[in-house]
Amino acid sequence: MRTDYDIIVLGAGPAGLTAGIYAARAHRSVLVLDTGTIGGQTVLSYHVANYPGVGETSGRALSQSMLQQARAFGCDVKAFARIANIDLTARRKTITLKDGTALTATAVVLASGGVPRKLGVEGEQRFGGRGISYCATCDGDFFTDRPIAVVGGGNSALEEAVALTRYASHVTVIHEFEHFQAEPWIIAEARANEKISFLMNQRVLGFSGGAELAAVQSVDKQTGVATETHVDGCFVFIGYVPNSDAFADQVKLTERGEVVTDDTLQTSLPGVFAAGDVRQKRVRQVTTAVADGTIAALAALEFLSELAA
Amino acid sequence: MLQTALEHIESEQDFGDTLAANENVMICCGRMGPMCLPVYDVMEALTPSYPHVAFRDMAFDEPVGRIIRSLPETAGFTGLPFTVYFKAGKVVSATSSIQTMEQVTAILDEHLGAQD
Repeated sequence: MRTDYDIIVLGAGPAGLTAGIYAARAHRSVLVLDTGTIGGQTVLSYHVANYPGVGETSGRALSQSMLQQARAFGCDVKAFARIANIDLTARRKTITLKDGTALTATAVVLASGGVPRKLGVEGEQRFGGRGISYCATCDGDFFTDRPIAVVGGGNSALEEAVALTRYASHVTVIHEFEHFQAEPWIIAEARANEKISFLMNQRVLGFSGGAELAAVQSVDKQTGVATETHVDGCFVFIGYVPNSDAFADQVKLTERGEVVTDDTLQTSLPGVFAAGDVRQKRVRQVTTAVADGTIAALAALEFLSELAA
Repeated sequence: MLQTALEHIESEQDFGDTLAANENVMICCGRMGPMCLPVYDVMEALTPSYPHVAFRDMAFDEPVGRIIRSLPETAGFTGLPFTVYFKAGKVVSATSSIQTMEQVTAILDEHLGAQD
């Protein structure tokens, strides 16, 4: 197995695979490394309908297509890597695997994405897969003709709330603010749906039940009035947290743990770039991840060229 | 049938034969959906490291899926996939919904024996 590369990309989602495609096509040696499966958060999307030029596809199919394209250009891609240590501070960056293998590169692209944000409240872990779910399309039919709740107030939460009315007898949307963070069209669609009601300005305190989920406890953030919402299921869509713990002490991060970058997507360390959901940005889509991967790869290539000059 | 590289259990006969022929069996019962695909990928990746474990999948919506759906250990599960671990024909662990490599290996190592 090769261990020395020009560029190592940490993360095999759309941003990472795109960086791999661009860097490998420029005849640089590139390794794309992921601690999970190929595709990142995209794999968790049943349908991707707004990726230009592709038409409707699945997140899995889109990821596999990107993977094949990267490999066709000579990019090495490894999933389920067991990373023990990451050292980005030296001139030659080193990623050490748990089996002792040291992988080195002159430039690194951080494209480690994000993971779904959890509420971190009592009962969330206990009822995971026993009432609490993070995928409406996957698990909606378990709640046919049963009352459920959706926690969240962004596009995903409201789109899934509307979709879940196909199965559930009633959907209660529980949101932490007085207003939604979603697009106006989906807010209107949700408000017009007779099977959806809203509990606004709520802080979720926990989940309760016996062997299965029975209720969501919340409190009004302004009045302090406690509410117990009796449901059989609860779907949580409260965004993502960046996957930056592994290098948090080496590059500059925001308070939310997002990697800070400049316009070329360089981080606070020379030769280290960031792309996709792990970096500080407002819009997180497959298209913006792909754009990030392109910019970061081109900047990394320029960095390598300048070093050689 | 699921489109994975795993061996599929497609009938009650398959299920019985698999448990009879293998002391350690992990079965992932799901669909070709977002929460299931990563678990199949984990199983495929772990297959070389756990030669003493038979990794199988099973289509949740096919009649054969009733075997896993009707187990007492999966009662109350509301998240795909349903993943069940067997030792000498007996259920030793069961999980609902997506699982990471670390979660799967923890169960394998505890109940079915550590990797080579």
